[in-house]
Amino acid sequence: MNVTINGTAHELPSGATVTQAVRKLTEATSGVAVAVNDEVVSRGAWDSTALAEADRVEVLTAVQGG
Amino acid sequence: MDDDLIIGGEKFSSRLIMGTGGAPSLEVLDQALVASGTELTTVAMRRLDPSARGSVLDVLRTRGIKVLPNTAGCFTAGEAVLTARLAREALETNWVKLEVISDERTLLPDPIETFDAAERLVADGFVVLPYIGDDPALARRLEQAGCAAVMPLGAPIGSGLGIRNPHNIELIVEAAGVPVILDAGIGTASDAALAMELGCDAVLLATAVTRAQRPDMMAEAMRSAVRAGRLARLAGRIPRRRYAEASSPMNP
Repeated sequence: MNVTINGTAHELPSGATVTQAVRKLTEATSGVAVAVNDEVVSRGAWDSTALAEADRVEVLTAVQGG
Repeated sequence: MDDDLIIGGEKFSSRLIMGTGGAPSLEVLDQALVASGTELTTVAMRRLDPSARGSVLDVLRTRGIKVLPNTAGCFTAGEAVLTARLAREALETNWVKLEVISDERTLLPDPIETFDAAERLVADGFVVLPYIGDDPALARRLEQAGCAAVMPLGAPIGSGLGIRNPHNIELIVEAAGVPVILDAGIGTASDAALAMELGCDAVLLATAVTRAQRPDMMAEAMRSAVRAGRLARLAGRIPRRRYAEASSPMNP
């Protein structure tokens, strides 16, 4: 299954969850937020939310700004 | 003197809100934040970079500074609402500095998209602090829409041009029932003092400190300027006169 994580194509096993997508980038669980196809997936739902082919996953954190 | 700033029901003893953009390193940022005495500081939300070392969040947490996520980089209400929701999830705060810009050259705020986003975020339970032009009518409308503060610019972001329209800032202050935070355009300490003398409740600045030759020293200058301007405002300045008024007795 192909998904996009932060703009980069990734191959994940079929039925992979949001947690597995996040783990491609970081082990962190705090200070991080995820949107799938422009909808926020709350941290408590990462394990139970399965991704689908061509999903766009965005993993964001706070950086210097403003 | 007890003179707390209250935003969204929360008290702050410092009236200097800092941004974190532009600092050459987290160490320099840390020193500047400490010197500024700030209790509230903005961060931006961006894609996680696995190679990044250290985090601005660690700095803020260590120093006990409340984090204020912004929606910098958003051009539409929809983008800003999504960014605010992601920030709420990542940072566990329902506060947001709403920033929706109109173009990359001026970075001026788009009033239509900003108002649209503000209404949606207020309805979603956010404490919304919108960055706006120095427009008294828009400031009033945003307050009516439920924003917790309004943040008019002094001049474009990072320009250091100071307060280009002090009259409009005064008009916003006069009409406002929520805190007015002068945001953007501050170049040096006198600009921050002027903002406070005009009656603003707080000042938000970043570049003037983070890109100064000595960020920690400029941060201390800003801290003093905001305090001086606030005291001068509360003290009540003398009226301007056309001619002299002797300060020494004129009789021999």
